Amino acid sequence: MAILRRTPIGPLDYGRRLWIRASLLATFVFLYAPIVTLIAFSFNDSRRNIVWRGFTWKYYEKAWNNDSLFEAFTNSLSIAFFSTIISTVLGTMVAVMLWRFRFPFKGAYEGVMALPIVIPEICMGIAMLVFFARVGWPTGLPWPFNLSAITIAHISFSFPFVAVVVRARLVNFNRELEEAGKDLGASEWEIFRDILLPFLQPGIVAGALLAFTLSLDDFVITFFTAGPETITFPVKVYSMVRFSVTPEVNAASTVLIVVTVVLTSVALWLQNRGQKEAGGM
Amino acid sequence: MDSWRRSPLVFWIFSIPPSVWLIVFFLAPLALVWVISFGEKRGIVDIAITGTLENYWRALDPLYLQIFAKSFWFAGITTTICLLAAFPIALAITFASPRWKPILLLIVILPFWTNLLIRTYALIAVLRTRGYVNFGLEWVWDGANGFLAAIGLGDMQLLGAQFQPLQMLYNNFAVVFGLVYVYLPFMVLPLYASLDRMDKSYLEASLDLGASQLRTFLSIVVPLAMPGIISGVIITFIPTLGAFLTPDLLGGTDSQMIANVIERQFKSANDWPFGAALSFLLMYITFFALAVRSLMSKGTSAMEAG
Repeated sequence: MAILRRTPIGPLDYGRRLWIRASLLATFVFLYAPIVTLIAFSFNDSRRNIVWRGFTWKYYEKAWNNDSLFEAFTNSLSIAFFSTIISTVLGTMVAVMLWRFRFPFKGAYEGVMALPIVIPEICMGIAMLVFFARVGWPTGLPWPFNLSAITIAHISFSFPFVAVVVRARLVNFNRELEEAGKDLGASEWEIFRDILLPFLQPGIVAGALLAFTLSLDDFVITFFTAGPETITFPVKVYSMVRFSVTPEVNAASTVLIVVTVVLTSVALWLQNRGQKEAGGM
Repeated sequence: MDSWRRSPLVFWIFSIPPSVWLIVFFLAPLALVWVISFGEKRGIVDIAITGTLENYWRALDPLYLQIFAKSFWFAGITTTICLLAAFPIALAITFASPRWKPILLLIVILPFWTNLLIRTYALIAVLRTRGYVNFGLEWVWDGANGFLAAIGLGDMQLLGAQFQPLQMLYNNFAVVFGLVYVYLPFMVLPLYASLDRMDKSYLEASLDLGASQLRTFLSIVVPLAMPGIISGVIITFIPTLGAFLTPDLLGGTDSQMIANVIERQFKSANDWPFGAALSFLLMYITFFALAVRSLMSKGTSAMEAG
């Protein structure tokens, strides 16, 4: 009877065809198996990293007590923090400006604004390297100013992304609200603070989280901008990876994966919720 | 949308800070690289800007042309494999039930958000000679050998005297594998976006009128998905062409790409003018690809309208 109850596969039910399901499964294994094994073996009680010898937190402890790794992690978090604040402000400004105003050469302006998103990372990395070397950017400053060069580079590639996210939210804004505010005597600043900003909030938060993960994840641009005395987490992991494959790297990477996945999920959820709200209006 | 003249003060307040930032901390550095690309190396740090085209001519040296060709080759193969692998996935997500759609999409997007370096590192553990793939192969080899021994062929050593691990790391295979691994989601998303917008009744009509699934796929699905295919191909091609980390960590001495050569000019060879010229060549190729994309998307939207 159970067989009879199953509806036959329709001609357009591609999702139920065996070969499509098989290729889906194969791709997901391909995408996830390396990451899952990386995470699993950060808990493995063996240095050889290949046979399972029991569960341990040992390598997390070791990574935590590894001073230079810990310093790299705090550096990365501080850079991401400062970069997020400034790129969120700048990105929101660009988005509001492009949404609200018509001005000459707007198309060209938008194209230039998209450049940091589209040019190859290596080109941006060496541009930053050359720039900071040529202007004689001071080195050996006290914390947090020793991170300023990397932070500036991160802001330059993050804020156009924030602008894209915030602008997507602005599309749904009902301009009658703004006009009502004006009719009731609100100033430009009051309209911005009391009407536009609250409406934009989910978009701004999503953009900020995106900027945070972009900064935390960046390797290539940081690799070129960072001087010898400032090391970020991905740069540190890079030098460890070049040296050898050890469970400490696995443990440290797992922490970073968890942080970014949680932040991204929150960002996606906020964006989705924002869109649903706007759709329901 | 208002003209900026209607409230110039608000316009300037909102446009000056981001524009100044972009000019000072993005366009100025790029311009500096551009200027240096016309310079000559005089000492360890001295660069004289002489307006020479020497650096660009040097890029035409067979040694570097070969690296450009290799980068194009890697990016081309990677893009092709991604396209072939991503199409069934995009199709499956498009026709999945509403409950499964967001879940499948999330599964595709999630690795995209994991650090590039960490994903590449994860691949090293999988592919190296003492890695899981070889471990699995050895296990299969042992089993097959045991089977041969059991049926009385054990002494003939048909599979060789000892298991030979496959060398899968530090060669061209590893680079293409790594690039596909990293950039596959770049292809799935635009393909899905265009397949999802496709009017499914065209497919029904084609099937009702007696076309086979294959014929329907080739004459209906592929043409309708063309904007997505073009977007996906270019979005995948651009970052793979400029990839630095994957060939650096997974490649051997003969699998270096343009970005690795650029890096060497700035880090070890210390020839900034030449590195600057190479990086601008890479950027011109990127702009060219983007221009092709916008031209072709204009073409297809005109086709749809007509």
